[in-house]
Amino acid sequence: MKLFGPNNTVMSLIFGKKTVTEASQSFTFGRRAFFLGGAQLAVGGLLATRMGWIAIAENEKYELLSESNRVNLTITPPRRGWIVDRKGLPLASNRTNFRVDIIPDRLQDRDRVIAELSKLLKLDPNDVDRINEDLDKAAGFQPVQVADDLSYEEYAALSVRLSEFPGVAPAQGFSRFYPAGPSVGHLIGYVGAASAEDYQKTKDPLLITPGYKTGKQGLERSLDKLLTGKPGARRVEVTAHGRIVRDLATRPDTPGRSVKLTIDAGLQEFAGRRLGEQSGSIVVMDCLTGDILTSTSMPSFDPNSFSDGISHLEWQMLSENDHVPLRNKTLAGLYPPGSTVKPMVALSFLEAGLDPDESTICTGGLRVGNRVFHCHSRRGHGTVNMHRAIEQSCDIYFYYFAQKIGMDVIAAMARRLGLGQKFDLPFPNQSYGTVPDPAWKLKKYKEEWQPYDTVNATIGQGFMLVNPTQMCVMAARLATGLDLNPHFLADGKRHEGTPLGIPLEHLTVIRNAMKDVVNGGGTGRAARVDIPNVLLAGKTGTAQVRNISSAERAGGVRGNAGLPFKLRDHALFQGFAPYDNPRYAISCILEHGGHINRMQDSPGIVGDCITFLYDPAKAMEKLAGYEKVWGGTPQERLEKQLNEFRIAKGLAAAPPDNAANASNAATPANDGEPEAPDPDQARESADAGAPADVEEPREAPSSAHPASAPAVAPLPLPEAQ
Amino acid sequence: MNKLVPVPDAIARLPWGLYALLTGIACFGGVVLYSAAGGHLMPWAGMQLARFAVFLVMAEVIGRVPHQLIRAGAFPLYGAILIALILVELIGGVAGGSQRWINLGFMQLQPSEFMKVAVVLAVARFYSILPIAQTRTFTAIWPALALIGFPALLVLVQPDLGTALMISMGGVTVMFLAGLPLRLFVGTGLAGVAIVPITFSFLHEYQRNRILIFLDPESDPLGAGYHISQSKIAIGSGGLFGKGFLNGTQSHLDYLPEGHTDFVFATMAEEWGMLGGVGLIAALFILLRWGMRVAQQTEDRFARLVAAGLTTTIFLYVAINLMMVMGLAPVVGIPLPFMSYGGSSMLTVMLCIGIIRNIDRNRETLGDRWR
Repeated sequence: MKLFGPNNTVMSLIFGKKTVTEASQSFTFGRRAFFLGGAQLAVGGLLATRMGWIAIAENEKYELLSESNRVNLTITPPRRGWIVDRKGLPLASNRTNFRVDIIPDRLQDRDRVIAELSKLLKLDPNDVDRINEDLDKAAGFQPVQVADDLSYEEYAALSVRLSEFPGVAPAQGFSRFYPAGPSVGHLIGYVGAASAEDYQKTKDPLLITPGYKTGKQGLERSLDKLLTGKPGARRVEVTAHGRIVRDLATRPDTPGRSVKLTIDAGLQEFAGRRLGEQSGSIVVMDCLTGDILTSTSMPSFDPNSFSDGISHLEWQMLSENDHVPLRNKTLAGLYPPGSTVKPMVALSFLEAGLDPDESTICTGGLRVGNRVFHCHSRRGHGTVNMHRAIEQSCDIYFYYFAQKIGMDVIAAMARRLGLGQKFDLPFPNQSYGTVPDPAWKLKKYKEEWQPYDTVNATIGQGFMLVNPTQMCVMAARLATGLDLNPHFLADGKRHEGTPLGIPLEHLTVIRNAMKDVVNGGGTGRAARVDIPNVLLAGKTGTAQVRNISSAERAGGVRGNAGLPFKLRDHALFQGFAPYDNPRYAISCILEHGGHINRMQDSPGIVGDCITFLYDPAKAMEKLAGYEKVWGGTPQERLEKQLNEFRIAKGLAAAPPDNAANASNAATPANDGEPEAPDPDQARESADAGAPADVEEPREAPSSAHPASAPAVAPLPLPEAQ
Repeated sequence: MNKLVPVPDAIARLPWGLYALLTGIACFGGVVLYSAAGGHLMPWAGMQLARFAVFLVMAEVIGRVPHQLIRAGAFPLYGAILIALILVELIGGVAGGSQRWINLGFMQLQPSEFMKVAVVLAVARFYSILPIAQTRTFTAIWPALALIGFPALLVLVQPDLGTALMISMGGVTVMFLAGLPLRLFVGTGLAGVAIVPITFSFLHEYQRNRILIFLDPESDPLGAGYHISQSKIAIGSGGLFGKGFLNGTQSHLDYLPEGHTDFVFATMAEEWGMLGGVGLIAALFILLRWGMRVAQQTEDRFARLVAAGLTTTIFLYVAINLMMVMGLAPVVGIPLPFMSYGGSSMLTVMLCIGIIRNIDRNRETLGDRWR
């Protein structure tokens, strides 16, 4: 213990050399106690100052933070404006519904909750698929809809058991309702929850509010700004755990504006149903104003099921279908117009000074360059003047005079009548087609224009492409000689066309010829309408989608019925009525229609649509008869198709299978059709898989199907430039 | 100044002045707890006030026991609590968690709480028997360090950093007052400052984060910084006059965690504002000043070390807690005397006051009996 001895140097270094006495220690204590007291007081002062800093200097900042803690702003989605037809009938409306959402962030024990929910709400396996898919994709904040349109009983049953399902949120809201279902699918489009990308872009909290839907396609998308109102807000005081203590203030939502369309809801639905099993489109225009009365593309999807969040399976079925139900054919479908352009070409001849009585002789073929071009009539039409050429759709007449007159005249007239024209229409995806002429070909292909190009163009083949709406505009301008433009929105103004400067006597020649196409001995007799004082004028068309080789021609051209669907000709028709005082213009294009089935061919369809405009009851009666054969309305057929698809995929296990069998057994009305549809359907779907559109290069260039399933339910439909 | 400001003589004659001060603070605490419970006496305010009444009587009783009892009891008390601490450690180990108390049936005994008092008594006792001549030798240091270090270490591994800190600082304060050379403290302090950056580099990632978050709680408002952020919001939104009694939103809507225990000051400040806060701080410092006066006026070596040490213990409660709620110290779980709901801390503080009161009563008669 030497280390601790009083003389140790280390000791003195540490402890100093002072000797401690009682007095000195007492003195030290006094001093140090005083120091300690002072230090304590200093800390007290520091604390008081700190408090002053927080509570006085930074008071504003903290008051704000405290308020934002306390007050929670809940947004109530605005009711969406209605879309109504020209008479005020709703095409898209809202209905109150009870809904159940899942907030992914708060969900615990997902499998159990979904199993219980599907039992409680009787969800079918399809819905469960979709919910699981959505949950996998969903960002934590974005609610995933479990079920919509619940009955009050289901809603109540769930509400009382809510504590068992963390993350499940029942709600009352509005859902979009489309009374006409599939027949307005492409026209109106559909709505859906905003995507996560949309939200990332704008950070608008409305976008992630449960129940808020934004327009995804068609008019719903392009009119979204008008239709979306101002959200309501509810300021509530909430606890840290999210429990609402009391309401502070509530501002009701301002519903979006209603939009009135020029569409005639009745005709729109009739046209959609009348297209039957065809893949086609109908556009009807008012010849006085350019109002679009109908813009139908079938087959279609049910926008109601899109708005609810479409199932994976339904999407797959729609995208694999070779009738392309996901494309709006009226605006995004491009077709060679075929013979329907002949009246237009004839008008250009008149404009160029051709006498309508001048004639040529059709022998069934004409040599152009080193190739023989054939007329559709192999025997030939004999002596043909303009009237007869249109009435009989003689190709040789047009081959002959077109070569004399030249493509530039024809192309100019085509453009005047609206082909290739871009119309300012409220639709996101449109294709505008092509009116070819020498300058165009040089620019596009770096090749000289050839006589056979002219020949092809005069019969609406070759480079010429139109969409059905343009074809309808052509019919309307042919009918009136006025510069009519299509309108979808009834804005209260009257859009009268200005004269195109085409002499009336020229038009009269064309109109009379087109009248006789239908009412004389022409090619469109099937379109005749049985309405007093109303004569339909029109022009048929057939557009080849394949080359017919000379060998095949020699051996006899195969009938369309013997060809696979994708190789059949397009069947077209354009016209107007009444012929002497045009009121309505119409176009109808059936993809690969092939003129196989008279009941479902374009002239008959056009005739019935015009009949509907004058005598709806009569037209409906006829349609009802047809639909018995086809197996119901488009809606019913769509549902049936989905069931069959599910069975074909082997996806639906026992329950839906049984249900389908049961329903088959229960409806002997189906006896007319053998049991073939199932395998057929399956094979066709498989055939029409990925390479489906490759065979159709003439159509919208980028119209390839989205090969994979959609990420979230509503994915943009195939887009075209 | 305030009427309650105790002139030392007046305190000696009128212990009621002290008790009025304590009762005032405790009642204010009761009022705040009443509000924290959403305007109800139960479960906190009533219990708290009842406890205070009991402990006040206890303090007076301690004030009146013979001083010799405290002096003689210092080491045995320290030993008993040390054993209890070890027991807790063993039981806690068995229970598999950080258990800090022994369940006595009628109450849960938290030995570390009493160690704050016992360590002051023991170290003071040690210096009172240490020959004055040896004050500047190692003999004056290592036993005291052992007395402090052993329990502090036991508490630290519980783990309870705050209490361990308070035990150490209480003991070291007594060492400081006992007259150990100043250079020891200055040197250790400087060494500590030098070690901080080195230590920091040795810390785990999460430990560093914890320190960084303490330095900037807003950087993690939902995680570790949540307590401090919400506490500052409560105090800051109170402003000068507060939101008014029962009108605090941070506390009533549960944004402020531990609003009735460790963060009771924030609950109070939100409703009573800066005036309430400064008033409370002033009242508590008047109490501390009383304690220091008693120490300074006492001649007896043991007694004055105890008085100053225990006053410092109360001071540490107040200072650490307030620094914590105002974002000047990390969250270490030290309650605010008289205000925070809980029996143990009030018992400890009242023990301190009882013992200081005992010294105050007896200081005339206490000779400086060096032994």
